[in-house]
Amino acid sequence: MLSELDIKILNRVQSDFPVCSDPFSVLAIELDIDKALLIKRLSELQQDNTISRFGCVINHRKVGKSLLAALKVPHEKMEDTVTLVNAYLEVNHNYQREHAFNLWFVVTAATQCRLDKVLDELESKTGFPLLRLPMLKPHHINLAFDL
Amino acid sequence: MNDLYQKIITMTQSGLPVESRPFLSIAKELGVSEQLVIDSFKKMNDSGLIRRIGIVPNHYAIGYTHNLMTVWDIDDKKADSLGKEIGQLEFVSHCYRRPRHLPDWPYNIFAMVHGKTKQEADERMEEIRILLQSDCHQFCALKSSRILKKTGLRL
Repeated sequence: MLSELDIKILNRVQSDFPVCSDPFSVLAIELDIDKALLIKRLSELQQDNTISRFGCVINHRKVGKSLLAALKVPHEKMEDTVTLVNAYLEVNHNYQREHAFNLWFVVTAATQCRLDKVLDELESKTGFPLLRLPMLKPHHINLAFDL
Repeated sequence: MNDLYQKIITMTQSGLPVESRPFLSIAKELGVSEQLVIDSFKKMNDSGLIRRIGIVPNHYAIGYTHNLMTVWDIDDKKADSLGKEIGQLEFVSHCYRRPRHLPDWPYNIFAMVHGKTKQEADERMEEIRILLQSDCHQFCALKSSRILKKTGLRL
């Protein structure tokens, strides 16, 4: 269960982390809590997996090239296909979903050339046609969740 | 992107340290000054290379247990304006336009919908359907049944 303090901390630290030498002091003053307590609580929330990650969220469009891809995988081939797809460092998200296209993953690479190479390899190794869905236009990307 | 930015991004993709001086510990590992690391983060932030710095909550752990990838087949002429409206709904975390691949894949707008219960997620999807009315020809929700991989970006 999250306490009121946890919620206060989480709402604040989802974005605009102070970029300075002593950022947690700045946050502690803003939140009106003790700095050591703030660091302790954040570490605990990270350990118990309430926080997936503390870091920077990169704008993929500026850093590299990425693409959402999907495959229709027959049930009996699912586990082998997942192993094959997950083996690529370029695959950073992979979800099984309830649809004829049942395997959905995001592929990101530093260059378009490398991205295309990985996609072609995935298509030939899995043996299934790859649905390629590049982002044409972002309409909204959430910067924080209201808890 | 310059070499130092690339190094910083690669190094911090698994996360920044939760400790008193996080930028100092990155600086030490890279063998540069703390100020240089701080300045680099500021520049990457200003240029939009970094979308934000902070924590990413685990949706499931904070109670958003019902997450739907909803997909919509919307008239091309209206896809951008309606996509923008969908994106403004508070329960939609991401909304993108993507290409169709006919006949297999007729959908051109993707919206991630989050709810704390199944009913809430379904109601929110219904809200989008009502907003779109006859401009939407078909739609679908793809519930995730398994998270198979979720890692930071590797370059």
